Amino acid sequence: MTPSEGARAGTGRELEMLDSLLALGGLVLLRDSVEWEGRSLLKALVKKSALCGEQVHILGCEVSEEEFREGFDSDINNRLVYHDFFRDPLNWSKTEEAFPGGPLGALRAMCKRTDPVPVTIALDSLSWLLLRLPCTTLCQALHAVSHQDSCPGDSSSVGKVSVLGLLHEELHGPGPVGALSSLAQTEVTLGGTTGQASAHILCRRPRQRPTDQTQWFSILPDFSLDLQEGLSVESQPYSDPHIPPVDPTTHLTFNLHLSKKEREARDSLILPFQFSSEKQQALLRPRPGQATSHIFYEPDAYDDLDQEDPDDDLDI
Amino acid sequence: MFVELNNLLNTTPDRAEQGKLTLLCDAKTDGSFLVHHFLSFYLKANCKVCFVALIQSFSHYSIVGQKLGVSLTMARERGQLVFLEGLKSAVDVVFQAQKEPHPLQFLREANAGNLKPLFEFVREALKPIDSGEARWTYPVLLVDDLSVLLSLGMGAVAVLDFIHYCRATVCWELKGNMVVLVHDSGDAEDEENDILLNGLSHQSHLILRAEGLATGFCRDVHGQLRILWRRPSQPTVHRDQSFTYQYKIQDKSVSFFAKGMSPAVL
Repeated sequence: MTPSEGARAGTGRELEMLDSLLALGGLVLLRDSVEWEGRSLLKALVKKSALCGEQVHILGCEVSEEEFREGFDSDINNRLVYHDFFRDPLNWSKTEEAFPGGPLGALRAMCKRTDPVPVTIALDSLSWLLLRLPCTTLCQALHAVSHQDSCPGDSSSVGKVSVLGLLHEELHGPGPVGALSSLAQTEVTLGGTTGQASAHILCRRPRQRPTDQTQWFSILPDFSLDLQEGLSVESQPYSDPHIPPVDPTTHLTFNLHLSKKEREARDSLILPFQFSSEKQQALLRPRPGQATSHIFYEPDAYDDLDQEDPDDDLDI
Repeated sequence: MFVELNNLLNTTPDRAEQGKLTLLCDAKTDGSFLVHHFLSFYLKANCKVCFVALIQSFSHYSIVGQKLGVSLTMARERGQLVFLEGLKSAVDVVFQAQKEPHPLQFLREANAGNLKPLFEFVREALKPIDSGEARWTYPVLLVDDLSVLLSLGMGAVAVLDFIHYCRATVCWELKGNMVVLVHDSGDAEDEENDILLNGLSHQSHLILRAEGLATGFCRDVHGQLRILWRRPSQPTVHRDQSFTYQYKIQDKSVSFFAKGMSPAVL
C-alpha cells in the first residue's frame, strides 16, 4: 500500500475534514488565538499533504526547524522542503546565508514554478509576515501564489496550489484580517470549550454559496486528527430502534388536508380586495336609485361652525 | 525562589526544562515578585544569567535576592551573573562618548529602528566560553521589563524582533531559557503593548499572569496568579491547561492557595 493509499484508508470523517480543507486549493487561513493554538492543525495538514504525494514547502519564521519537524516521522520529514527564516530573518548577522529578499522573496519565487505536481505551501506564520510587511504587498504576493493554477496561459501545466497560512487573530486589526479573509478560499477559526477544541470552517467554493460548519476534534501526538461528536453539525439524527416513530398527524381534531372539491372551491373563491373585471364593471356602472349622495344639515342656533376650534375646547 | 511556586510549576532548579520562553505579565498589580523568583531560581540552578534590568537598580534586586538566599554581588563577581543596569548605563549613553555601540544605543538615536546592539550585548554575555570546562549548566536571559522599551520609543515589532533573535540564540542555539516581563495595560487603549503582549504569548511555552483581585485591594490576598502552559513537551500532558491560584506576598516567601481558600477566611 503506497503512503497515499494509506492516507486515504483513514476514517471517513477524518478524511472529510482535512480533505475538504485541502481540496479547494488557494489560500487556507488558520485563525488561532493564545488559548487555542493552530500550529498543530497546520502540522496535521502538512502531514496530510505530504502523505498525498504533494510537494510541501514550509516558510518557517516563528519556530525553529527542529521544533516544526518534531513529531513527524522521517518519511514525512524527507518530503518537506523547509525554508528557514527563524535563525536570521532580518540579516543581523550580516552573513548572506539567508535567502535574498527574505521570506517575501521566497514566497514570490514560488510563483515562478512550472511543475505539474500539486504543491502545498505552509506559512508559519502569516502573522509574522503581516507585522513586518505592508498588507498590500503581502496580499498581492499571496494572490499571485495561490491563483497560479487559474491563470489562463499555463493553466494546463501548473498543478493545484494550496497555501496554508497561520494567522494569530489578536495581533492584527480588522482591516488586514478582513483583507486576508477575502482572499481566502477556506477559513478555519479555532476555538473550543474546556478541554475540547473546535474548528469553525468556512468554505467559499466558486459559483456556490459559502458553507460553514463546526467540527470538534483533537490532534494526536503523531499529528493525525481525531474527530469528536461533540456538537458537530453533521451528527446522526437521534433514533432509538426500540420505539417506533410516532406520526403526529394522526388523531387530530382539525383537518390538515383538503379534499379535491374543497381545493377547487378554495381556488375559485374571489378575494374581497382583489380587483377583477367584474368589480371594475360594478364600480363603473352607476347604482340604480342613487345618482349622487347628499348630506343635509341644519345648523342649530348655538352651533359654532368654527373650523379652527370645532370642539370648542380651546381657550382662545 | 519560592518553593510553593516551584511546586505549582512542577519544577526544581535541578530538573528545569531547557529551551523555554516564560512570559510574565501583570495586570493591575505588581508582578515583580515573579522576576525575583526566577532570578534566584536560575542562580541556584547554577546557570549563567544575563539580566537586563531596566526598571530597578542593582541594589534593589540584591536586597531582595538576599532575602531569597542568593547573593547577586557574589554571583556577579564570579562571572555567573551579567547585569545590565539600565538606569545607570542610560546616563552613560547620553553623557559619555562611546566607541562601540552601547546596548542602549537607541536612546541616542532619533529614529532608532531596532534593538540590535542590545541583542549583541546579550549574545556576547551568554556565549559559551571555550575554556574547556563548563562551569555553568545553561544560559538564561531575564528582562525586566519589556514594556518600558515601548515607552522609550521602540515599536512593538522592533521589540518582538529583539525577542525573536534572543529566542533563536538563547533558547534554540544555546538551549537556554528566557524569562521576560510585560505589563498588561488592561483597559487602556495601548495597541502597541497589546501587540507585544499577544505576540509574545503566542511564542511562549509558559505564561504566568499576576492579576489584581477584581474586587480591589485586600490585606490577606494580594492577587491571583494564572498559569497557562502552551506547547508542552509532551502533547498529551497539560495541553493548553490553565490554573488559577491566589497568593499573598510575605517578607521572604509567597504563599499560594486555591481561590477562596485563604487562611484568613477559613
